[in-house]
Amino acid sequence: MRIKYLIEKEFKQMFRNNFLPRLIIGFPLMMMLVLPWAANMEIRNINLAVVDNCKNTYSRRLLEKASSSDYFHLVEVASSYEEAMNGVERGNTDIILEIPATFDRDFVKEGNSKVLISVNTVNGTKGSLGSTYLSSIVADFNKEIISESGISGKANIPQVEIIVQNRFNPHMDYKIFMVPALVVMALTMLCGFLPALNIVSEKEKGTIEQINVTPVSKFTFIVAKLIPYWIVGFIVLSLCFLLAWMVYGLTPQGSLLTVYLYALLYVLAMSGFGLVISNYSDTMQQAMFVMYFFMMILMLMSGLFTPLSGMPQWAQNMAMFNPLKYFIQVMRQVYLKGSSITELAPQAIALVSFALFFNGWAILSYRKRG
Amino acid sequence: MNAVDVIQLDKAYGTVTALTALSFSVNRGELFGIIGPDGAGKTTLFRILTTLILPDRGKALVDGYDVVKDYKEIRKRVGYMPGRFSLYQDMTVEENLRFFATVFGTTIEENYTLIEDIYKQIEPFKTRKAGKLSGGMKQKLALSCALIHKPSVLFLDEPTTGVDPVSRKEFWAMLTRLKEQGITIVVSTPYMDEAVLCDRIALIRKGTFLDIETPGQIIDNFKETLWAVKADKMSSLLQDLRTLDGVKTCFSFGDVHHITVDDKRLTIVSLGDRLSRQGYREIEIKPIQATIEDCYMQMSQNAE
Repeated sequence: MRIKYLIEKEFKQMFRNNFLPRLIIGFPLMMMLVLPWAANMEIRNINLAVVDNCKNTYSRRLLEKASSSDYFHLVEVASSYEEAMNGVERGNTDIILEIPATFDRDFVKEGNSKVLISVNTVNGTKGSLGSTYLSSIVADFNKEIISESGISGKANIPQVEIIVQNRFNPHMDYKIFMVPALVVMALTMLCGFLPALNIVSEKEKGTIEQINVTPVSKFTFIVAKLIPYWIVGFIVLSLCFLLAWMVYGLTPQGSLLTVYLYALLYVLAMSGFGLVISNYSDTMQQAMFVMYFFMMILMLMSGLFTPLSGMPQWAQNMAMFNPLKYFIQVMRQVYLKGSSITELAPQAIALVSFALFFNGWAILSYRKRG
Repeated sequence: MNAVDVIQLDKAYGTVTALTALSFSVNRGELFGIIGPDGAGKTTLFRILTTLILPDRGKALVDGYDVVKDYKEIRKRVGYMPGRFSLYQDMTVEENLRFFATVFGTTIEENYTLIEDIYKQIEPFKTRKAGKLSGGMKQKLALSCALIHKPSVLFLDEPTTGVDPVSRKEFWAMLTRLKEQGITIVVSTPYMDEAVLCDRIALIRKGTFLDIETPGQIIDNFKETLWAVKADKMSSLLQDLRTLDGVKTCFSFGDVHHITVDDKRLTIVSLGDRLSRQGYREIEIKPIQATIEDCYMQMSQNAE
């Protein structure tokens, strides 16, 4: 029953630390309340410059339509393409819409006209989204003109109308996509990395020496380190769920129990990973850098910010070894789609394998070094 | 059964040898000193005996238990105070003591008599964090924590390094009282003057023992003629003495130089004459009794 005293000691030290309790509470609050608003992939306020060489009814209507969209912010009405291009070079303009001098005439005569969309793609996402938005505005405009002019000569051409229906996140609210994933990050830091850093700090201070000459076994010592962080981790997890519900009205479509079950598996896997790092590090500095290194890779290749399916095949293969990926999938699927354990069996298998692999490695490397 | 038995112990870190073919025994109830400079292998030896690291070859028994096979038993019966303060600095004096007592499955009250003498000196500060204690108090707390489970063998690795002379004296007085309570104590120190306070000492150099004897016996075994020399220019004197005919060894000892001489070729008077001819003033030469340090230097010289 020595473990009871060891756990008591850990809690005492945790609450006595004047930084850690604040971090434990502050981190998830920041994650839940600030980041979903900031980490937003929607692009608004794209700076638009127009060059109207035609200056006639149709061209004016198109310009009006483009600049009244809340995606665009009209910054310049240029007299020539070169002038508009200067704006791009200065960084004031993101996208140029040029209407040729023959726009109206072509439209009336041939029922068909061309415009030029020129995009600054230094920021790739902004550029591609901008041109997509602008193209759809032009297409929309096109439809209007056709319907106005009545069913004329060209109307016999069969048209396909596309109706987009967004499932599971009907308003494409990016926050709903981000929140479940951010919870995963909070849990990773608290349960995977903090206990490992704590063990390394005992090594660095030499206190582990004093423990190692007592009858406390290494296993007991480590479990006593992990349990307090697991408890804190689950409290924070519940706090995050509560905040998600209160602030974003987000409740899981599936069972909360499923989420907790997977969280448990995930925490086991990440604790094991942290322990492996702690076994190979002698100083906090070393451990911090190794964790930082892995955290960057794990996060960027987890589908947290950018979808995995958009990555090249080799990157997707690498992501197969990323525990973060599986838990983020679970969180999003349970929260947004209401998936249950049956649908999430592959993720369960993956997380259990990670837990076995990392903890097995941790035990072996600990033995060798001990 | 001895408290400690070490037979042909070897330990190397990669290509660096720390201990070579070390053998010795510590009797029950003995205050045994391991004396040697930094890097001689003292800490390595302690870490093997307290089951923190494994020896490469050889055998070591503590309280009759093998350090490799029966490490669990040993951990129940030894106390270890590492050279570096290794208690929890963010816990109070009392919390540290209580923690180590519970970890050993005992209570402060059960063995209070053993530590009373030491602990009552720091008890007024028992609600203070261990990190905020002075060096001497930290050392007393560490000793209390190492004793709280009534160990049969106590290992103290350089307990007096970095401690002021008064506290050092106090500390050795405490060790003597602990010895009277029947606890075997193995202590290491780089301070040669502390050696005479031990029952027996082992002089260690580069991972091997030069000699294991009582301090008195070691001094008796010193057969050389030993003089202390002092003059006005001490640093050039050291060089001149070393090259002087008839001087065997010369080492600086604080404000004097200790020399061993061939007394057939040199007398105090003839040495005095030669030094004054070389231009030294205020020359003082007198025969002295060897200290442990002289013996250590002599033996190291012979071992080269």
